[in-house]
Amino acid sequence: MIAFFFIAILMIASALTVVLHRNPIYSALALVNTLFLVAVVFVMLDAELIAMLQVIVYAGAIVILFLFVIMLLNVDTEVRSARLSKFGTLGLALALLLALELGVVAVVYAPDQIAEAPAGFGSTEAVAEHLFTTNMLAFELTSLLLLVAVVGAVVMARRKVES
Amino acid sequence: MTVSVEHYLVLAALLFAIGCAGVLLRRNMIVILMSVELMLNAVNITFVALARQTLSMAGQTIVFFVMTVAAAEVAVGLAIFLAIYAQRRTVNADEISLLRW
Amino acid sequence: MSPPTDHATTAAAVTLATSLLRWIPLLPLIGSACGIFAATTGRSKLVHVTGPGSVLLAFFVSLFAVAQLWTLPAGGALVDNVFTWISVAPLHIDLSFRVDALTSVMILIITGIGFLIHLYSLGYMHHDADEARFFCYLNLFVASMLILVLADSLPVVFIGWEGVGACSYLLIGFWYQDTANADAGRKAMIANRVGDAAFLIGMFILLWSMHDLGAASLRFEDINRLAPQLAQHAPMVVTVVCLLLLFGATGKSAQIPLYVWLPDAMAGPTPVSALIHAATMVTAGVYMIARLSPLYVFSPEALLVVATIGAVTALFAATMALVQNDLKKILAYSTISQIGYMVLGVGVGAFAGGVFHLMTHACFKALLFLGAGSVMHAMSGELDIHKMGGLKKQLPKTRLTFLVGCLAIAGVPPLAAFFSKDLILESAFAGGHVILWAIGLLAAGMTAFYMFRAYFLAFEGESRVDHETAHHLHESPSTMTIPLMVLAVLSIVAGWVGLPHGVLWGNQFGHYLEPVLAHVPHHEVAGSTVLMLTLVTTATALTGIFVAYSFYLKSPGTADRLAERFHGIYVLLWNKYWIDELYDRLFITPYVIFSKFFWKVVDAMLIDGVVNGVGISVGKTADVWRRAQTGNVQHYAAAMLLGAVFTCGLYWWLS
Repeated sequence: MIAFFFIAILMIASALTVVLHRNPIYSALALVNTLFLVAVVFVMLDAELIAMLQVIVYAGAIVILFLFVIMLLNVDTEVRSARLSKFGTLGLALALLLALELGVVAVVYAPDQIAEAPAGFGSTEAVAEHLFTTNMLAFELTSLLLLVAVVGAVVMARRKVES
Repeated sequence: MTVSVEHYLVLAALLFAIGCAGVLLRRNMIVILMSVELMLNAVNITFVALARQTLSMAGQTIVFFVMTVAAAEVAVGLAIFLAIYAQRRTVNADEISLLRW
Repeated sequence: MSPPTDHATTAAAVTLATSLLRWIPLLPLIGSACGIFAATTGRSKLVHVTGPGSVLLAFFVSLFAVAQLWTLPAGGALVDNVFTWISVAPLHIDLSFRVDALTSVMILIITGIGFLIHLYSLGYMHHDADEARFFCYLNLFVASMLILVLADSLPVVFIGWEGVGACSYLLIGFWYQDTANADAGRKAMIANRVGDAAFLIGMFILLWSMHDLGAASLRFEDINRLAPQLAQHAPMVVTVVCLLLLFGATGKSAQIPLYVWLPDAMAGPTPVSALIHAATMVTAGVYMIARLSPLYVFSPEALLVVATIGAVTALFAATMALVQNDLKKILAYSTISQIGYMVLGVGVGAFAGGVFHLMTHACFKALLFLGAGSVMHAMSGELDIHKMGGLKKQLPKTRLTFLVGCLAIAGVPPLAAFFSKDLILESAFAGGHVILWAIGLLAAGMTAFYMFRAYFLAFEGESRVDHETAHHLHESPSTMTIPLMVLAVLSIVAGWVGLPHGVLWGNQFGHYLEPVLAHVPHHEVAGSTVLMLTLVTTATALTGIFVAYSFYLKSPGTADRLAERFHGIYVLLWNKYWIDELYDRLFITPYVIFSKFFWKVVDAMLIDGVVNGVGISVGKTADVWRRAQTGNVQHYAAAMLLGAVFTCGLYWWLS
């Protein structure tokens, strides 16, 4: 219980840092932190393989990519006005409203009991069994998607950065 | 009080909201993309929590795919940012509004 | 007792003739199509054959049909049902053609005289660049007129009615490059349209009444058969219908009040004037009244109106012809006047007499117009009779035929109009319409006078011809003079089919038409009265000729002195009683103001305003809404988020 709340507060704090900090490098670091904590949450939910993948793929690859691009583009710290613009207020309000709605839905409609997880739930075998039988087509298509993404990324980024 | 599934769902909702706020409020495009990653992660938490609750592996499989797609999307997105920077020397969202009326 | 085989062949021939009826109007129609082809591809020579040729073929088919008709008992008819046109219960209208005694007269006139005029046009229009177009229109006109007279029911008549109206517009304004000609064509069309509207309304009311009696049909045999019942059921309706149809007839036949287009119509080529305004289109009104005579006899009021309009028009037009200087205009007013006679004839109940005069008039008026065309051709376009004179030397054939025409129209025995005019006047007197008879007599005298005025001034006496024009004076080519001679012969003999009662073979024409026309009982007049009337008519005609002779040949200058003494009357006649100006003030100017209002206010401001307004408002709305496209991705994302919030809320609220 306490563990959960601890993790939760840390996660919220990191997320806020991602969103609010002026320096993009700090945002990226906060993102790593958040993703790590998400992996912890996954473990708490008996999804070990997914947690591993989260760390490897997200924290390991994606954020590195972000950092590379930030450094490549020499991004400056953002200059920000003190007060929130009209649009900003609206955006913030909308986001909070959404959170409220989702939260209320979650609380009202959630069941009371949570059942005991069977052994091997969330293990690699379980995921693999699901993945390679029922969702075989989706799996293959995803690999195709990755190929397309690689080609696309290479094509898009080939232009030389003018110095 | 035991931790039940709604706690996780509320957590995911909050994370999602923060991600939204980030998308709307920040001007740096890379940070915007990071906020999008936050939102995706919030969705992942939701899926895994519900998978745990319904004891079905389908939720975790979906998360698997979401992660793959997110990776591909980030790669291509950052490549696009590189291309834009090459053209316009900026990654400020306000300054990229060619489709303006 | 004829052997059975003869019977079979006769019946077969009749059937053949019936099935060929549709070819009578169809052949000129095909000729017209050839004309279009020739005009658009530039092969004018083609119409030299197809133009007159198609009408000649139609003439032969008509002859065959009429010959077969004569094998049938009196009152019989050949009916060719081409196809069902309108079939909406309870209304059923077929496109069918009918040849009976009355139609036979008409189709022979139209195709016969039409052919002669086509032949004449070959010479007349030879140098015109638009020759092919001319024959195309001319053939189309002949086809429409044939449809009109061959029709078995009123709607089909209307097809032909409209067709001839349209063709007269096309032909009068043939040389449209000159705006005056186009205006004349337009005037003809519009005056006709006013009459057509009345015709339509009359037709609708008639159909309504027929429907009340249980027979929703506009076929002539049905109308004429049910006329007694109609008169009993709704006598007022019969009068109204007759008057409306009469109004339509006044438009086509150029009677009061819709005659104003005919003098202007002289702007068209002379063969057009001969065909349309002498022989055919203007007789359509008279034909229609004769066709519906069984209906008209049940409305004595309508018949009286018909007769009065005819008589008054005859006199009215004759007075205007007295002072005209343009040869064709004299003939135009003469036409109006002579048709007045025909209308007078059908109005007093002498339906056969009216048709008889129609036939003789077709011959001599066509002759006179073609003669005028020949003069015009020789005089290089000049038509002012004061600028002519002594033309008999250079134009002997034209002069001879023109003289025959003048004698015919004046009513000098034994030429054509003597018999027909006499018949009409006698019927008027016998019917008790003494005033109308007197008007007709006066008009007859004037007719003789003004026709011979024209003849003497143009052909006799000293030459007043312009020096330039005198060089080009020459007789017309034979393609023009042969029709003139044929028509001259016809003008002499055409009257001999309707001799007065008791003389030789009597009124064969009247007897021939009797079964199809209504019979108006009138007082029998003694033979001596008839003789006296005839003598009075002849004397009037000869007096007219003599007066013209003395005014213009014996002592020229008499006319001018008279004109000075009665200056007021002269001005009145010269300005055609200012009727055109009156119509302009009374009808046209208000209508133009009305139209302008509808154009400038209703159409330009209101309707265009609404339509354009819709477009402009769409544009303005779009102008407002496009500001949502900021190009800023975050704004778009916010919009998506708004949608998501809304959907979540909705889902929550609904569950």
